[in-house]
Amino acid sequence: MGPLYPQLLLNPQYNLLIGALIGVGFGFLLEASGFTNTRKLAGIFYGYDATVIKVFFTAALTALIGLFFLHYMGWIDITLTFYPKTFWIPTLIGGAIMGLGFIIGGFCPGTSLSAAASGKIDGIVFIIGVLLGIFGFIFTYDTAWEALRKSGKMGRVNIADWIGMKEGLFIFLFTVIAIITFIVFQKWQDSWKRKMDQKDVDDLGI
Amino acid sequence: MNTNKNKYINAYVGGFLMGLLIIIAYYFAGEGLGSSGGYRDVAIGIIDKVSPAYAKANSFVAPHVSGEEGPMQTWLVFELLGVIFGAIISAAIFGRLKFMVGKAPHITNKKRLYLALAGGILWGIGTQLGRGCTSGLVLSGMAVNSLSGYIGLVAIFGFGFIFAYFFKRLWIKKN
Repeated sequence: MGPLYPQLLLNPQYNLLIGALIGVGFGFLLEASGFTNTRKLAGIFYGYDATVIKVFFTAALTALIGLFFLHYMGWIDITLTFYPKTFWIPTLIGGAIMGLGFIIGGFCPGTSLSAAASGKIDGIVFIIGVLLGIFGFIFTYDTAWEALRKSGKMGRVNIADWIGMKEGLFIFLFTVIAIITFIVFQKWQDSWKRKMDQKDVDDLGI
Repeated sequence: MNTNKNKYINAYVGGFLMGLLIIIAYYFAGEGLGSSGGYRDVAIGIIDKVSPAYAKANSFVAPHVSGEEGPMQTWLVFELLGVIFGAIISAAIFGRLKFMVGKAPHITNKKRLYLALAGGILWGIGTQLGRGCTSGLVLSGMAVNSLSGYIGLVAIFGFGFIFAYFFKRLWIKKN
């Protein structure tokens, strides 16, 4: 039964090798889906490119439904996995900082790495920025961040439990919301596409 | 046939395959797909190389340098090395493997690079405070219905939409 490595059912070397192979797939899909193109990423915030929301919600739903099924069948114990603990205050504030970074920098950490690998100089510079930011955070952690980072602690919280709803129902509702979101963003992209220059449409590959 | 048009795979197919990778990652390693955690491990590895004494004294770094394995010998770092190769393979197949600056056409290269640096710095701080980025916190969090992932989703994209209004000219040319 999964997860294998946390239960010592997988040799540590193989675990790292599998990690690298999964990374190859992840990097390939990020590039092939257009996530190395900073204009496509920013496009989600203005509506001219719907790719991000389509890939993102489809990936989340696929994994969510798949893992829910595996857990239900007793083939994986989700509680033994990396399961992000909730610290709502720092995640909300950190998320706002990341949102600003997204608009200004046009990438997030994973997409910038793929972009840099494929030769995007802005991706390389973005990565340098991320590392500088992390160094800055670490050097000022004890004085500036520690209390805030540990605030709002809620532990391992499942959103369906938190709302007070059956997990299956939550997944169903999220699926419905995702489909509506896809339709809305597709229409938004279509309306942009009609008035955009052909070279911009070609650059975005839409 | 226009050869200047960027070719990308269908977004739903890409998302579906990415979702399968998350399931595989959770099944074998018990990990989600992450990015900023790997960056952190690299930063910590550098600090530990330069000054092991400081690494042990800093309460953020210390837990990562106490084990027998080096702080960079982590699943996330190996995954990120894979990401580099995967992106190169895809870019080569689709004919996009070349040095260039990605940006909206009306923005100068210099301005784009300064903004990329500034945005990166914000992500460096935001990910360590918020405990992960779009992949590790949000995508992998949502995959297991973690409340944390949904808070991250709402915060990153919610505030993103608000900030987008004020920085519209970075991406869309005035008509």
